[in-house]
Amino acid sequence: MRPFYKIEMNMYLSMWFMAIITIVFVCGAIYGIGYMKHYKGRPLRNTLHWINYAIAYASMMLLCVVQNSIQFLVCWEIMALSSFFLIIYESEKPETIKAGINFFIQSHVSVVLLTAGFMMIAAKTGSYEFCSIPRYCAHNNGMAAFLLLFAGFAVKAGFVPFHTWLPYAHPAAPAHISGVMSGVIIKIGIFGILRMISWFSIDFVTAGAIILTVSAISGLYGVMMAILQHNLKKLLAYHSIENIGIIGMGIGLGCIGAGNGDTVLATLGFAGALLHTLNHALFKSVLFFCSGNVYHATHTLDIESLGGLAKKMPWTAALFLIASIAICGLPPMNGFISEFLIYSGLFGWMQGAEPGVTTGAVFSILALVMIGGLAILCFTKAFGIIFLGSPRTEVDAHEMEPCRIVPLAIEAVIMLSIGLCPGLYSKLAGKAIECFPYASSEALNTNVNLTLVGLAGLLFLLFAAVIYIAKSRHNARRAVAEGPTWGCGYTQGTPKIQYTATSFVKTYVQLFSFILGNKKEKKLPVGIYPTDGSFESESYDKLENTLIDKPLGAYNRLMDRFSFLQNGKMQFYVLYGIVFIICTLIITFLFC
Amino acid sequence: MTSLILILISALFFNGIIGRVKSRCAGRKGPGIMQPIQDVIRLFRKGAVYSDVTGPVFKMAPAVYLASVIIACLCVPFGHKAGLISFNGDFVFFAYALALGKFFCIIGALDTGSSFEGMGASREATYSMLAEPAFFLIMGSLAMMTGHSSFESIFAALHPSSTMSWALAVIAAFIFLVLAMIENSRMPVDDPKTHLELTMIHEVMVLDNSGIDLGLIFVTGYLKFAMYAALIANLFIGSIPVGFGIPVFLAIQVLCAVIIGVNESFTARFRMNHNPQFIFTLACIALLAVFGVMLMSGQLV
Repeated sequence: MRPFYKIEMNMYLSMWFMAIITIVFVCGAIYGIGYMKHYKGRPLRNTLHWINYAIAYASMMLLCVVQNSIQFLVCWEIMALSSFFLIIYESEKPETIKAGINFFIQSHVSVVLLTAGFMMIAAKTGSYEFCSIPRYCAHNNGMAAFLLLFAGFAVKAGFVPFHTWLPYAHPAAPAHISGVMSGVIIKIGIFGILRMISWFSIDFVTAGAIILTVSAISGLYGVMMAILQHNLKKLLAYHSIENIGIIGMGIGLGCIGAGNGDTVLATLGFAGALLHTLNHALFKSVLFFCSGNVYHATHTLDIESLGGLAKKMPWTAALFLIASIAICGLPPMNGFISEFLIYSGLFGWMQGAEPGVTTGAVFSILALVMIGGLAILCFTKAFGIIFLGSPRTEVDAHEMEPCRIVPLAIEAVIMLSIGLCPGLYSKLAGKAIECFPYASSEALNTNVNLTLVGLAGLLFLLFAAVIYIAKSRHNARRAVAEGPTWGCGYTQGTPKIQYTATSFVKTYVQLFSFILGNKKEKKLPVGIYPTDGSFESESYDKLENTLIDKPLGAYNRLMDRFSFLQNGKMQFYVLYGIVFIICTLIITFLFC
Repeated sequence: MTSLILILISALFFNGIIGRVKSRCAGRKGPGIMQPIQDVIRLFRKGAVYSDVTGPVFKMAPAVYLASVIIACLCVPFGHKAGLISFNGDFVFFAYALALGKFFCIIGALDTGSSFEGMGASREATYSMLAEPAFFLIMGSLAMMTGHSSFESIFAALHPSSTMSWALAVIAAFIFLVLAMIENSRMPVDDPKTHLELTMIHEVMVLDNSGIDLGLIFVTGYLKFAMYAALIANLFIGSIPVGFGIPVFLAIQVLCAVIIGVNESFTARFRMNHNPQFIFTLACIALLAVFGVMLMSGQLV
């Protein structure tokens, strides 16, 4: 049984998440004021929107503090409902409603799983308090309940294969809602998982292995799908799945460490997960807010028709670039720090592992490295095609007002501060991980020297700045000319001959075509004077196709068999009623 | 510090030796060993032409690229003497710092709006994604064998007396050498001596750079070669005294340059669609090294 002194330690975990939620919600609100100026004409709807925003915030803060499963579920439901209303703000668009309903249904799948899990515990212990969970685990094998709860939270967090609501809900919602949703609402799923780990005492090695596998797959699948996307918000949504995967890998490692009694692994895993939660909340919300700026400046989110926005929207471009570097996990930004912690855990695990386990570490490292490489491909594409080069279509874009820049800049400063003085933040995270078995803040301080990592990052910035300034001064004393881009002899270049997003990732798509779903439709030109020919390629989510669309289609076909029952004739309906009553009577007489 | 100075010295002549070896193999006399450096000095004296499509990102890219490689060089130790930047897991920082340089190089190329440079950028991004696992796996296997997780302590613990160390060092040396060739887009991945537009990866990415920008990119390339060769040298000089270490270090640098030069003289460039297979083979070799170490330390059976 878990000792009870850890209960107060639980509060640090809540505080960590509450801080993240507050930062993102406040920045989202300031940004949202500017964003909603474009929708001034409908005061009633805007009022409802902001009320729901406040309710969503309040319910999430409550979720972090309640210690009772009934209360938890009620708050969970309030959060799901309020975020549903936030998503369907532009409810006049049919695809928005569709995405909203999709979110709504999947939220309730998660509620069902959570309710089932909590009921399993309550049935044995007779108490809905979280503190009865250790009692439950002492007398029963808690694995089934834990996995049920994990699945429930995984739907909210967006682990593969429960991720399918994300790519629909994010593009449909207003930008500040997407930012908040990706930044913190899916993190509540992570919070739930962590909260449960802090209470349960089960075979953590098995649980950790399951979480690690699911997460590695989520991470890889998320980023692989993200690269294919041409809608900026959809791309970012898939990237959320990737980052949830990275966070999950941290949690999985932490669990394995907790199960093996390995202090270092538990500490590094959980600390990496917590720090990455904060980091992802920051950079993902910045990216979504930037996508809102791009949307309002150009009225499109299709990457292929954008280009050269950096000249017209320098601030948005700069912030997008900073957040891109951070999300790729590159130094000196914050994403690197959390990935570094997870890497340290993995390499540590690899060295001291028992027979056979090393293979797990090797493949996790492989997954994390691939995720990093693919993220770079994805974000060089996103940033390069949207903000660099010359515009692919004629748009009159302009920079947004300060209230849509400043909150992003604040988040960017926090991001940089995490990257340059990670020691400060790891101290806070160290307190929050104390509630997990075997994780301790001392182990965090003694096993990784984050201060040095921060200093190295600072040195990097310094070098780059010095070289850049020296170069500019050098150029100032010489003849610097401007000319057209070198067209290799071709002088009639237009923006149309620029490399597109599709062509940028073509090599990759060919390489991974065995995993990615890609529909191609081509009509070859025929005849001596061909008139028409066309080529269209579209990517789709293979997992969604096989796990959701196909079973749903089969279910629909099955139900269609019974459609003769609903034939619109009153006589039949009366007959059904009579048959029902007779059946009820017969059953009652037979069995009672 | 020793390693940084030595890397800088080797970078001065590394590409010169490659060029010299190539011309010898072709039966020519060839330019002097300092020719690449003289090229850079000539570029530094020139002004620059910037495309009117480009913006600040394009101007920042060469600076960040060079800074990333300098930072990576600072991580490289000299045998058991740590580099300036040294902490547990510094090789993760090493790889990610290099990745930031690549990131900027790629977006710098995209900033020109040229389709050629886009092509190069796309390939650079894809290939570096494929090459990265090999580095992490080989470092992982070294870390697993020595039980340490920083460059300096790993290299210090590699004893040339044990057969396993030797075997692993040779595999690692091979992987680092091929990585250096991929990173610098040399044969057989890419042919740097073709006319600029026909070069498929790195050179085509920097088509629009001129003057000091191009010079900085060249310098970065030289440093990258010397840096990888320094890593290879470190595999063998970990436990010998510094006095002997320095000549060995320089000899290994020269050897690496000669191997690259000879290789370039006698191989042809792959077709572009064969490159991913070739690059990913490296990761597979690294994976074999990992399993080899696991087998030796009794973790597999």
